[in-house]
Amino acid sequence: MRRCCFGCVSVMAWSLAAGMALAQSGALPPLLKTLQAVDREGKGNRAASQAWADLINQSDASQLPTILAAMDDCGPLASNWLRAAVDTIAERETKAKGKLPTSDLEAFLGDKQHHPRARRLAYEWITRSDPSAPDRLIPTMLNDPSLELRRDAVARELAAADKSLGEKQTDQAVATYRVAMDSARDLDQVKAAAEALKKLDHPVNLTYHFGFLQDWKFLGPLANPQGKGFDIAYPLEKSLDLNNLLEPDGELKWIAYHTDDEYGFVDLNKAIGKHKGALAYAVAEFQSEWPQPVELRLGSENANKIWLNGELISSANVYHANGTMDQYVGRGKMKAGRNAIVLKICQNEQTEDWAQDWKFQLRVCDSTGKAIHSTDRVAPRTAQLQNAKNAIQE
Amino acid sequence: MSRFINKLRIVASTSLAVTMFCAADWPQFRGPNSSGVSGDRQPPSDWSEGQNIAWKADLPGRGPSSPIVIGNRVVVTCSSGVNQDRLHVICFDATNGNQLWQRQFWATGRTLSHPSSANAAPTPVSDGKLIFAFYSSNDLICLDLDGNLKWLRGVGHDFPHAGNDVGMSSSPVIVGDLVIVQVECQGDSFATGIDKYHGETRWRIDRPLQANWTSPVAMSSDKSGAGIVLLQSPAHITAHEADTGKQIWEYRAACEGIPSAAVSGGLIYVPSKGMTALRPSSSPEPEVVWNVSTLLPGASSPIVHDGHLFTINRAGVLSCADTADGQVLCRVRLSGEFWGSPALVVNRLYCFGQNGAAQVVEISADGRRGEIVGKGQLEGPIQCSPAVADGALYVRSDRHLWKIAAP
Repeated sequence: MRRCCFGCVSVMAWSLAAGMALAQSGALPPLLKTLQAVDREGKGNRAASQAWADLINQSDASQLPTILAAMDDCGPLASNWLRAAVDTIAERETKAKGKLPTSDLEAFLGDKQHHPRARRLAYEWITRSDPSAPDRLIPTMLNDPSLELRRDAVARELAAADKSLGEKQTDQAVATYRVAMDSARDLDQVKAAAEALKKLDHPVNLTYHFGFLQDWKFLGPLANPQGKGFDIAYPLEKSLDLNNLLEPDGELKWIAYHTDDEYGFVDLNKAIGKHKGALAYAVAEFQSEWPQPVELRLGSENANKIWLNGELISSANVYHANGTMDQYVGRGKMKAGRNAIVLKICQNEQTEDWAQDWKFQLRVCDSTGKAIHSTDRVAPRTAQLQNAKNAIQE
Repeated sequence: MSRFINKLRIVASTSLAVTMFCAADWPQFRGPNSSGVSGDRQPPSDWSEGQNIAWKADLPGRGPSSPIVIGNRVVVTCSSGVNQDRLHVICFDATNGNQLWQRQFWATGRTLSHPSSANAAPTPVSDGKLIFAFYSSNDLICLDLDGNLKWLRGVGHDFPHAGNDVGMSSSPVIVGDLVIVQVECQGDSFATGIDKYHGETRWRIDRPLQANWTSPVAMSSDKSGAGIVLLQSPAHITAHEADTGKQIWEYRAACEGIPSAAVSGGLIYVPSKGMTALRPSSSPEPEVVWNVSTLLPGASSPIVHDGHLFTINRAGVLSCADTADGQVLCRVRLSGEFWGSPALVVNRLYCFGQNGAAQVVEISADGRRGEIVGKGQLEGPIQCSPAVADGALYVRSDRHLWKIAAP
């Protein structure tokens, strides 16, 4: 027994000494570099396994910010290696000492240049050691780059608005719901705020809020037997002139279509007609004020492709496997002025009732999900504007 | 020569893997050998929140995945976050339900699923020393029993079109030195064998471009004892050398896409056109021993034990059939909808309904009589299959993990 305890103490002392040595000798960077080098298909796993063991055996809580910072500059697989190291070290240190020193972690959290996920992880370990941290930190995070931190902040605003409403402070409730609405990026939170505002006679135009495109031109139906049309590059895919939308030989004409669906859904069964084994192209113009990165987010139960100014930015040859908002994300860069968004939406030949949908929704937004609007799109009147207009007319 | 040595190594390592387990371990989806059978002490026949619950632990996320038991550890996977992109592996002390450790990761593949499912749908698997957690996003994570990360793979990151936005649920299986995962969907569709020690791909084979939720099943060759893995898809079931992925035989027929096959006594019982019993031979197609259309299972996988085959159909009717010819010996009407597979402990089937209501059915030795002898009720939904160890059942919902055991 005594021998065992002596052994444990020796190991602990060695670990402590090794940790100090690690920090002093600069051994941390090579270990982190090895973890950062992990890539697809298991590349780097063998070396990472040893580096990870060395890292957790030789590090203590003081190294957590450095390990977290390594997430700034690596892919998602390496991030998971680093995350597991942070959790393992922090869990061990918390068990041994009751809590972590949080000042360095809080400084790390406060630096928004760090990766959002690393900052969120730092926050979670801070809150385990300091239960008062959420009340102190979250209210400042309504517009945080970390969508999880932002979500917590929005949740507090929604709760505060509900409380104001319960206390009959309607104006305060409306103002707070609006703050929540503007900061929210998750559908459930946007819906919660929008529904509350609607009940208070302050309806929100969700189509505009999310940035769903409403005006399209369609060409179709074109043949898609056994799904083969997905890979056929019809002429439109090779060149597109927004000023001169060519029509193939035959009877097909471009159809202009406007959707008033709140979530921007376009039902091709209605716009073009019900067809099986068919595909259609959809084209929309988008005026961008300046060159900017954008995300084109598509929801559809149909096989699809997305092009931005002729560049294919997303492709999914999948039919009727659940359709949700923001299901497919194409990332590209808008140029200043006119931009062409082209979709290919394919329908297969399944006969089941649940396989009849031929529709899509598409919105343009930034990387956080905030809508980006075409400069020629008119913002809908807010309830306040409408009331002011009515008052003038009266 | 090298293949022969490889086979010897697989046989040796399979034997070694067996010796690592205690008799009570429940190391994977449907337990030892994917059989759903335990010869252990019988758990209680009745339970509720206040009766025969040894402990109840909170879970940080959702999941239809099933618990596994390795010695005194119970391991569960969960997924959380508004986009189900947080992956949890949690280890509990089987004695008291205390959490021993938890690890979290971020999903690197597609995380969408039907609201009733979750990213943590596949059940983890263990060889007694290592734990392999797999998710609908096709992230595969290897930890040791103390939660130390050994390696990880983003199979959905490697192949971004691998995924099904309804949710994937195929559970991995270990054969020899490989973890085998079946990733079948309309996008990138394949099965792959991954070195369990280093997380490197040993082989990958294309699979049909079709949504599929069945799990691979391990079996051994009668002749050489070499590891074989069965891959069932809606269009066929195929057998492959586990160490190379090379196809050995194919049975081309419509098969179910949710319940997985069972193996017993050298026969394979496939949910195909009802149930079909296959006998592998040296030919490229197995012999059909029998087919009975009325034995069609719903989502629950069949159980085969001691000459009896058990299935639960979509209407909740439990059938017991003779494995010799598929003749139905008895039927018992259960109430509820069943997504998980039952567990057979000695002569009692523990069947958990999605709403948290469980029914315990005792089967007579000749299989001709089945009787509901007990019931349990827990807060649902429960979509997992129960794990059985040391006279206890372990089940989980989206919120809790329970150990059901007599005091």
